[in-house]
Amino acid sequence: MTAPARTTVPAARGPMAEAWDIFRRSPSAMLGLALLILVMAMTFAGPHIYQVDPFEIVWAPLTPPGEEATIPLGTDNLGRDILAGLIAGGRATLAVGFAAAAITMLIGVLIGAYAGFYGGLVDDMLMRVTEFFQVLPPLLFAMVVVTLFQPTLVNVALAIGIVSWPQTARLTRSEFRRIRTLEYVSAMRAIGAGDGNIIWRVILPNALPPLIVSATLTIGMAILFEAGLSFLGLSDPNVMSWGLMIGSGREYLLDAWWVVTLPGAMIFLTVLGVSLVGDGLNDAFNPRMRER
Amino acid sequence: MTEPVLDIRNLKVDFTTRRGVAHVLDDVSFSVAPGELLAIVGESGCGKSMTALSVLGLIPSPPGKVVGGSILFQGRDLTKLRQSEMRKIRGGDIAMIFQEPMTSLNPVFTCGEQIAEAVRLHQKVSPRAALARAVDMLRAVGIPEPELRARAYPHQLSGGMRQRVMIAMALSCEPKLLIADEPTTALDVTVQAQIFGLLDELRQKTGTAIVLITHDMGAVAEMADKVAVMYAGRVIERGPADAVLDDPGHPYTRGLLASIPRVDADPDADLPEIPGIVPALTDLGRGCAFAPRCPLAVDACHAAQPRHVALSGDHSAACIQLEPREVPA
Repeated sequence: MTAPARTTVPAARGPMAEAWDIFRRSPSAMLGLALLILVMAMTFAGPHIYQVDPFEIVWAPLTPPGEEATIPLGTDNLGRDILAGLIAGGRATLAVGFAAAAITMLIGVLIGAYAGFYGGLVDDMLMRVTEFFQVLPPLLFAMVVVTLFQPTLVNVALAIGIVSWPQTARLTRSEFRRIRTLEYVSAMRAIGAGDGNIIWRVILPNALPPLIVSATLTIGMAILFEAGLSFLGLSDPNVMSWGLMIGSGREYLLDAWWVVTLPGAMIFLTVLGVSLVGDGLNDAFNPRMRER
Repeated sequence: MTEPVLDIRNLKVDFTTRRGVAHVLDDVSFSVAPGELLAIVGESGCGKSMTALSVLGLIPSPPGKVVGGSILFQGRDLTKLRQSEMRKIRGGDIAMIFQEPMTSLNPVFTCGEQIAEAVRLHQKVSPRAALARAVDMLRAVGIPEPELRARAYPHQLSGGMRQRVMIAMALSCEPKLLIADEPTTALDVTVQAQIFGLLDELRQKTGTAIVLITHDMGAVAEMADKVAVMYAGRVIERGPADAVLDDPGHPYTRGLLASIPRVDADPDADLPEIPGIVPALTDLGRGCAFAPRCPLAVDACHAAQPRHVALSGDHSAACIQLEPREVPA
């Protein structure tokens, strides 16, 4: 047998490992990741270290930060501890953000994948449905959903997911349309793979990079959306969230800046972190960023 | 001769386009026996790849449709099978190797994973056993350090190496028939020879019948048992390889063979060529499709489709010029 000359194979590195290498070398992406980890650590470890009920009245209303040693970030207009609010609020905000992004991806990828893969009539029908949802004004539609049903966190996440999925569906569809014509898809078909196998195990893994980037940015968008709904008083009033804190403190902005500014800063830092990570992922998955 | 593995009879495939109906395959017939290598040769767009795709039931539909004839695989007519039955045959009994090894492998999985996936599509084995089988297959196709290569991603391998992986994948379920669609077009000349050698060796070892679609007349002369020459969707000449190559009957085959560069030819002379281009399949006349380019064409050529004329044994060609050679019994 004519065997080709022996060559040394570099250590097997998957596309994900390569992407991480590029991601790791980007200072802004790492800053974003650090911000996210910090916010998450605060919301998950915080309640165990700083055990104060965010709804409990602990001190005089509108106490500025630093004035009282036991209440480092002061109190709001009802005398509730701001730091406790930030810690508890982060949990709700992040939960809604991630859940909404997950719902968005689930619906969007499912519809986009079938539309893009099958094309034709299936595509036409699914895309008409998608366009129907796309032309709804997002905030208005979310407000209607939340006011029609109970304003619980689950419903808020659902409402955000329902108004956000069309974009993901269109992105998924275009990726599927591109990839389904590639030779390795035909090769898998020739080897006997069925439609389901090709959609989920062949095309989806290859369509994943832009979808991961989009999912990340959707988290940031969902957090802002949730804050917006809370500000309008349309989120769950029984669960502390950053948006709720801003909403209830907005009348005192001129007298007590900290009531609104601190939760606002938290939203800003979180969304910034998410966006930086999203940009970093975008670069990491961009084939042009790779040497080779 | 043994019972053929694949017996295509009068296969007709039409493509319905806006510009009309194209007879992509018209009355295509040939057969391959176990362990035999049949080469399909012809210009681009003559229906070679379409023949391969119809055997696998993978003609893009719409617009393509099998409108007549049969594809008998081990006695079963593939044109009448349901998609689910066809899926079992694809990759299991009939496998295919594609032209572009660079793009025929999924970039996000390792080579081993992809071969294992092919194995698991047809055999109920554990992932571990499938991966072990993948390594065995890589060894069988002459890849050094197969354990290591199984963990490599496609982009880490050379073109020839990737084509070997494709062959390993195609052969992983021990197919009865392997269709190789220009498997070496994208490769270096030295690697081409290696891949052809590998295919020949595997055929002799496993008894797999091979349909080789190729432009490489040298490879045809060296390996093929039988040859089918296609032109504009028709088989215009077929027969044992030596008969077709040594004594071509159809003017097109003669032109094709004459246009191969030769080492002993006058270096200053122009390479012989066949004038004209392949006609569009939507506006073929009633007559012989090659007639407009044929140096021997007479009026009768444009009037009716020539029938296949037996030249000697299994060797036949479709040209009215040959008809007088038909010896009445």
